Amino acid sequence: MNEKRINLLVDLARVGIIISITLALVFLIVFLASQEPFVAIYSFFIGPFTSIRRIGNIVEAGAPLMFTALAVIIIFRSGLFSMISEGAFFIGITGAMIAAIAWRLPFPLHPFGAILFGGFCGAVAALIPALLRMKWSVSEVVTSIMLNYVIQFLSIYLVNYHFREISSSSLASLLLEPTAKLPVIFPGTRIHVGILIALAACIVLYLFLYRTALGYSIRVVGDNQTFARYSGINAAKTMLFAQIIAGFIAGIGGASELLGMYTRFKWTSSPGYGWTGIVVALLAKRNPLLVPIAALFIGYMNVGADIMARSSDVSREVVDIIQGVMMLLIAAEALLGGFRQRLIVSAAKLEDSLKSPEIKLKQEKGV
Amino acid sequence: MTETQEALRLEGITKVYPNGVIANKDINFSVNVGEIHALSGENGAGKTTLMKILFGEEKPTAGEIFIDGDKVNIQNPSDAIRLGIGLVHQHFMLVPSLTVTENLILGIEPVKGLRIDERKARDQVSEISKKYHLIVDPDAKIQDLTVGQKQKVEILKTLLRGVRILILDEPTAVLTPQETKELFYELKLLRSAGYTIIFISHKLNEVKELCDRITIIRHGQTMGVFDVSSVSEEEISRLMVGRAVKLKVEKEAANPGAAAIRVRGLTILDDSGKPKVKNVSFTARRGEIFGVAGVEGNGQSQLTDAITGLGGYQSGSIEINGLNISGKSVREIREHKLSHIPEDRMKTGIAPRLSIENNVIADKIFRKDFNRFGFLNLSKIAAYGLEMVNRFRVSCKSAQVHINSLSGGNIQKVVLARELSSDPDVIIANQPTRGVDVGATEFIRQELVGMRNQGKTVFLISSDLGEILGLSDSLIVLYEGEITAYFPDASSVTEEELGRYMLGVEKQSDAEIRRAVHE
Amino acid sequence: MPAIFSYIFSVDFFFMWIRVATPIILVALGAVVCERSGVVNLGLEGTMLIAALFGVLGSYFGKGLLPGFLLGIASALVVSLLFAFFHLVLKANNVLCGTAINTLAAGLTVFVLQMVTGEKGTSASIKSYSYPEVNIPILKDIPILGEILSGHNLLTYLAIVLLFVVMFLLFKTPLGLRIRAVGENPHAAESVGIPVVRIRFIAISICGALAGLGGMYLSMAYLPIFARDMTAGRGFISLAACAMGRANPIGVFVSALVFAFFDGLSNILQVLRIPAEFVQMMPYAATILGLTIYSIHRAHSLQRKHS
Ligand SMILES: Nc1ncnc2c1ncn2[C@@H]1O[C@H](COP(=O)(O)OP(=O)(O)O)[C@@H](O)[C@H]1O
Ligand SMILES: [Mg+2]
Repeated sequence: MNEKRINLLVDLARVGIIISITLALVFLIVFLASQEPFVAIYSFFIGPFTSIRRIGNIVEAGAPLMFTALAVIIIFRSGLFSMISEGAFFIGITGAMIAAIAWRLPFPLHPFGAILFGGFCGAVAALIPALLRMKWSVSEVVTSIMLNYVIQFLSIYLVNYHFREISSSSLASLLLEPTAKLPVIFPGTRIHVGILIALAACIVLYLFLYRTALGYSIRVVGDNQTFARYSGINAAKTMLFAQIIAGFIAGIGGASELLGMYTRFKWTSSPGYGWTGIVVALLAKRNPLLVPIAALFIGYMNVGADIMARSSDVSREVVDIIQGVMMLLIAAEALLGGFRQRLIVSAAKLEDSLKSPEIKLKQEKGV
Repeated sequence: MTETQEALRLEGITKVYPNGVIANKDINFSVNVGEIHALSGENGAGKTTLMKILFGEEKPTAGEIFIDGDKVNIQNPSDAIRLGIGLVHQHFMLVPSLTVTENLILGIEPVKGLRIDERKARDQVSEISKKYHLIVDPDAKIQDLTVGQKQKVEILKTLLRGVRILILDEPTAVLTPQETKELFYELKLLRSAGYTIIFISHKLNEVKELCDRITIIRHGQTMGVFDVSSVSEEEISRLMVGRAVKLKVEKEAANPGAAAIRVRGLTILDDSGKPKVKNVSFTARRGEIFGVAGVEGNGQSQLTDAITGLGGYQSGSIEINGLNISGKSVREIREHKLSHIPEDRMKTGIAPRLSIENNVIADKIFRKDFNRFGFLNLSKIAAYGLEMVNRFRVSCKSAQVHINSLSGGNIQKVVLARELSSDPDVIIANQPTRGVDVGATEFIRQELVGMRNQGKTVFLISSDLGEILGLSDSLIVLYEGEITAYFPDASSVTEEELGRYMLGVEKQSDAEIRRAVHE
Repeated sequence: MPAIFSYIFSVDFFFMWIRVATPIILVALGAVVCERSGVVNLGLEGTMLIAALFGVLGSYFGKGLLPGFLLGIASALVVSLLFAFFHLVLKANNVLCGTAINTLAAGLTVFVLQMVTGEKGTSASIKSYSYPEVNIPILKDIPILGEILSGHNLLTYLAIVLLFVVMFLLFKTPLGLRIRAVGENPHAAESVGIPVVRIRFIAISICGALAGLGGMYLSMAYLPIFARDMTAGRGFISLAACAMGRANPIGVFVSALVFAFFDGLSNILQVLRIPAEFVQMMPYAATILGLTIYSIHRAHSLQRKHS
C-alpha cells in the first residue's frame, strides 16, 4: 500500500468517525433534553427534505457559507490566522445596502455595482489586520476579532443614523431599490443568482490557487514563508494580496446575501457566517472544489435545526454545539495519527524486506 | 585486569520514523561498566536515533533494552534518568533566559515550604561542579555563556541527577581544541570515578585518544564492535563508509577568470549589535571553487545571507557579476544568475507539503516557460519535474509526491536540481552535503565540480575539513567573523594547518590576507 | 468636551474603572500562566462564558454562593481540559481549537439557559446569588481614596491577591520554574524528564480557573444575571493585555487597566450625546490601537538596538 492510499484510507476513516460522533451527539442531546425526542430527531434529519421550499432553504443557507469558507481557505492557505471573514462578510452586506439604497442604476448594473462595492468594502476590512501584522507583527488573530466587533457597530451605526426606516419600531434600513435585487432562479424557493456566483467563485478560486502563479505563490508562502523568501517570492506582498482576495470574496458573499434574500437590512449583530465558514473550510479540507458539498452539508444541519426548533422543544443552538465539536474533531490532526503511523511502518518494512540493503544503496546512487 | 561487567545492552533495535525512514535496523549494542565506548558512523547512520531511543525520547519500533542485565521499559526521559542514563544532546538542551543553577535544578528543585530553596540549590551546584572540575558561574544566564561552558552545564545536569551512564552526542563538533582537550580530561576523570560513557563521534583521532571500545553503525545497522587499540583507522573508516573513502575529488587545475563575487569591507551586526562579520574583503572568480572554511558560527551564515539578499549588512559592499546588491530583492539577485543551496534545507530549502515538481520551479515561477500572463503551464511544469528527478537521480515514486516523504539525501538532490538548473553563474553552496548519504554526497560534489568546470563560480561553505580541502581551489578561513587566512591554492594546505587558522591559534599577516581581494 | 473630563476625574469613574478592569485582570493573569508554558489559549472567551452561566446555575440549584462558585470553576476546568486535550494530545491548532471552544460555548450556554429557564436571552427569571461587596475597614473612611478603593466586589480584591499569587507561583516555586522552562524550550525541559504535556495541562487548568473567576464576575458581580454572549470579546481583550504586558504579571496588570479604561469610558460616555454604536465600539478599537502602538514601539526599540 503506498502513502497516498494510506492517507486516503485514514482520511475516510476520520470523516467516518467525525460524522458518527456528531450524529451520536445529536441523539444524545435530543434524548437528554427533549420530551418528544422522536419528533425532534425526525424534524432535524428528515425535515429539511419534506418540501421543495425546505430543500431550497438548504441551498439558501449554504450559499453565504460558500463565500466565507472560500475566504477562510485563502487566508489560512496564505499562512495567516485572520478571522476577518466574519467582518468582511458583514461590511459587504453594509456596503451593498448603501449601494442598493443610495444609487440609481438600471437592473443588471445595479446589483453588479452593489456587489462589487460590497466586495471592495470586504477587501479593505481584510487588509487591516494583515497590514498591521506585516508591518509591526501585531497578532492578526486578536486584531481581526476586535475588528469584527468594530465593523458590527459601525454597520449598525450607519443603518441607525443614515439609512434607518423611521416608521419601523425595530432596527431596519430603508427599502432596497428593486433594481438592485438579485433575481430568484428556482420558482417556489428563494434560491437566487447568488448561488451561481458562489459556485463560480469556488471554481475560479480553485483555478486561481492551482493554475496561476499568484495562487502558487500563496501556497508556497503558506507552507513555508522562509522558503518563499529564499526563492525570491515576495512573501509580504503575496500575503496581502491573499487577504484582499479573501476579503473581496467574503464581501461579495455579504452583498449577494443581502440582495438575494432581503428587502431591508435588519441585522442587529454580526450573523456569524464567517465563523461557520471556518467549519466549512476545514470540512472541505481547504479545497475550493469541495466547498459546495461541505457548505450544503452545514446548511442542511442549520435548516434541520431551525425546523426542529419550530416543531419540538429543542432549541436551534444545538447546531452551534455540533459545529464546535466538529471543528474540534477536524482540527485534531493526531486523530487516527497512530493508525496512519502503523500503516506507514508496515508499508516501509514490507518494502524494505523486498530489497536487500545493497540494492537500496545502488538505487539511491541511481546506478 | 578486572572482570568486565555489562552496564547496558540494546537488542534488536529497529526504528521507523513517521515519514518511513528506517533509521535503525535490528541494532545490537552493548557497553561495559567503567569504559568510554565510542559509537561511530557517518552522518545519518542512525547514532542519534539509537541514543534517543535509549534515553526515552523516541520509541523503538522493535527491540529490547537491558540495564545491568535486567530488561527495562523506558517510556520517557524520566524513566531513563531514573535508571541512571543521561544524554548530552548534539544540540544543547538548555533554557537560555534561565540561570545555570535554574537549568541544573530543573525538575529536581530543592524546596523549602512552597518555594524553591535557592541557597541549597546553589550549594548543590557548586559542590558538584568542584568535585568534577566543571567550573561555571552558577548565577550566569545560559544565553551569556560560551559553547564550552554550556557543554559543562549539560554534563553537570546529568551528574546532578545521579546518572551512571553518560551519553555525549558529538560533543566535540562545536568545541575549540583547547575546549576539547579540557573535555577529554574531564571525561577521563569521570571514567576513573566509575562512570560509564558513550561517546559519539566520527572523528577517528578522538576515538583513538579517548575510547576503550568502538561500535560502528552504517545505514542503521551494526557493523561490529572492536577494541580501539586493536583496530586501525583504515579499518574503522572502511566499516563506516563501506568502501575506501575517496578524499580527493578528481578535478583538473582551476582556470580562474574575471571577478564574480566582490565583497569589500563587509561588516554585519546581529540583533544585539554584536559584530558577526568584521570588515571582510575578498573576490571569488569565475571558474573556481572558492572555499570558506571555519568552525560553525563564525559568521558564515551571516555572510551567505548578505550575499544572497536574505539578510542585511551594516557597511561595506557586495557585487555579484558587477551588480551592487545593496537594496536589491532576493528575486533581483537571483535573476542576476545567483543560485543558493541553503544551510538548512528543511527550514529554508523546501516547501515540505508541496510536490517535488512544485518545489523545483519555486525560483523559476516568473519565467516565461512556466508562466503565461500569470497562468501556470502545468504540462511544462510536470515535464520539467520529471526531467529534474531523472537527471539528478532523485529516488521517488513520482515527481508529484510531497517532498517531505523523501529521505534527506533525496531532498538535497531536489534542492540541487532546482538551484543548478536555473543556469546560474554563481552558486552559493552552504554545507551542501551535510546529513546526506555517501552516494548523494559524491553526486553533489561531482555536480559542483562540473559547474566550476563550465566556468561558473562555486562559493562553498563547509565545516567539513575533508570537503573544503578536497573541493576548493582557493579558500579563506573565517574566525570570529574575520578572515584569518587566504590560501590561493587549497591543495597545498594540510588539515592541521587549516585547523590552526580555524581555531584562531594563528593568523596570517594583513598583506597575506589582502591577496584574497585580487586587485 | 470639558464635560468628558469632569466625568473622567470623578470618583464614580475611578470606581467604575476598577469594576470593569476586574474580569480582564483575572483572565489576563490566566493567559499569562498559559503563555508562559508556551500555549496561547484562544478558548478563553468560551471558557469565561461557560463559567458565567454555570456559576449562576450552580447558585440557583444549590441555593447558595458556594455551589455556584464550585460549579463555575468546575465547568471552566472542564472546558480548559477539553481545549488542552485537543490541543496537546490530538495536536489541534490552538486557533482552530480555541475557535471551536468559543463556538461550542456560545451554543451550549444558550441551549442550557433555554432548557433551565425557558428563555434564550438572560437568566433573569431564576434566582441566583452574587459575590458580596466588601468594605475595607479604615480605608473606607479615607475621603476620595476610600470611595474609589473600598466597597468593591470580593472578586476584585481576589484579583489583586491573585496577581501576587501568580507572581509567586511563576518565579518562586518549582512548578513556576517548570512552566517557564517548558514555555521557553520544551525540548530542554523534556530532556531532564519534565513531562511537557502534563505541565501544560496544569498551566491550562490554572488559566481555566482564573478565566472561570473572570466569567463568574460578569454574571455574579458585575451584573446579577447571565446574559447570552455577555463576555463580548473580553477573553480576547485579556489575551491582548497579556501580549502587551509581555506575559509579565505586573505589565499585564497595567495593560489590563489600560484596556479597561476605555471600557469604563464607554460606560460613562453613554450619557453624552455620542452615537451609542461608537461608544460600544470603543473598547475594541482601543484594543486594536493599543496592540498596534505597543508593537510599533517594540519594533522601534528592536531597531534602536540594531543601530
Ligand atoms: N525525527 C525524524 N523524522 C524522520 N526522520 C528522521 C528523524 N530524525 C532523524 N531522521 C532520519 O533518520 C536517519 C538517521 O538520523 P540520525 O539518527 O540523526 O543519524 P546520525 O546521528 O547518525 O547522524 C537520517 O536519515 C535522518 O534523516
Ligand atoms: Mg546525530
